[in-house]
Amino acid sequence: MSLKLKALTKSIWVYHLCVGGSCNNCDIEILDLLTPRYDVERFGIMLVGSIKHADAILVTGSLSLKAVERVKRVYEQATKPCVVIAIGACACGQGIFAKGPVTPNPVDSLLPINIYIPGCPPKPEAMIMGIVKLIKKLTDKK
Amino acid sequence: MRLLFNFLIFPGFLFTAVVGLVASWIDRKVTARVQWRVGPPWYQPFMDLVKLSIKEITVPRDASKPVFFMAPLVGLSAAILASTFIWLPNINLSAAGFRGDIIVILYLLTLPAIALILGASSSGNPLAAVGASREVKLVLAYELPFILTLLVPIIKSSGLIKLSELIAYQGINGAFVSNASGILALLVAIFCMQAKLGLVPFDMGEAETEIMGGVYIEYSGMLLAIFKLTKTMMMVALPVFLSTIFWGGFSIWKYVVLLVIIVLMRNTNPRVRIDQAVRFFWGKMTMLAAVAVLLAVLGM
Ligand code: SF4
Repeated sequence: MSLKLKALTKSIWVYHLCVGGSCNNCDIEILDLLTPRYDVERFGIMLVGSIKHADAILVTGSLSLKAVERVKRVYEQATKPCVVIAIGACACGQGIFAKGPVTPNPVDSLLPINIYIPGCPPKPEAMIMGIVKLIKKLTDKK
Repeated sequence: MRLLFNFLIFPGFLFTAVVGLVASWIDRKVTARVQWRVGPPWYQPFMDLVKLSIKEITVPRDASKPVFFMAPLVGLSAAILASTFIWLPNINLSAAGFRGDIIVILYLLTLPAIALILGASSSGNPLAAVGASREVKLVLAYELPFILTLLVPIIKSSGLIKLSELIAYQGINGAFVSNASGILALLVAIFCMQAKLGLVPFDMGEAETEIMGGVYIEYSGMLLAIFKLTKTMMMVALPVFLSTIFWGGFSIWKYVVLLVIIVLMRNTNPRVRIDQAVRFFWGKMTMLAAVAVLLAVLGM
């Protein structure tokens, strides 16, 4: 594995993006992931506040009409290479907001999503497993 | 040739950067242990730097581009110069330094903060502007007591303003911290060091949780890496500077003691507001520093 790829997978700074229609449970579960109990900093994963510092965008919730423009702007500002991770049933499909009047579009109609982590909400363990699978996919390891 | 080697490799850039990266790993690891976590592996700061340097650099449309690109470089070169000037007398007492190098170092240690302010305010981001304005106030706040504390060793050694002479003086007459005035001055200087490093409780300039990284918000890729590197280098330069002027020269255990103080202070305190910080530095700390200067004049 080249140093470049290693550095990219060993130091993932995540940015948390809630795209509107979310019941906020996935967001809490992401915070859970960063607490001492799961301690993802040992893998080099850190939460950052600015999209310019991010290597991965964690998307939660189903895309609301108002959010479309903003999400587009945020994604355009992200510094590449940057992966997008959909967390929760809402971001993967449309979850419980599927028939909602203000959330007619799935998230992946707008953003190129690299990995889907289903669950309502997914457990922190499931998120860690998803990220591990993503890293394996990126580095071509079985 | 030798000078270039000094600046770029041995006590200057490369050496300080490596020591600083190790120190910042120790900082993160100890923080993790305090919170009952495992913490990142030892190569984490290196990995962060490598990753940042291969990422894309985005420049905001409203940014003033020359300043935006120059600011990190100014900060880094100031940190390189400062750490070289601080290390050299500690390594080779006789050859290094010039008259008045303490004053030059004092300015150089302030420059990274100024560069940060310049870069942040040139980026055109409102949150960065908030961060920059806080940083300006913080610089104004901590510089006064910091300069006052530096007067103590100068007064006690009856007017030596050369780093190597100060080390030699302390070698003969004992370190300044063995007196009341020296202890007070070191105490104040440690608080000022914390603020200069921009660590909790004085990190209101970046304040991840309220202004999203504040001064760093628009920086990405290599430029952010340079800012981070500057910060880690300051984490070496400042403690070594303090142990040189107050504590009779650098040694590894003195550095570790100061580093542990920094880490513990960072882990046991919440962030203060900017007005509280200014009041703290201009009130209590300046008072203490003035008392220290007074004691030094009286010869205690
Ligand atoms: S997936 Fe479930 S838990 Fe997550 S935001 Fe949607 S409704 Fe809430």
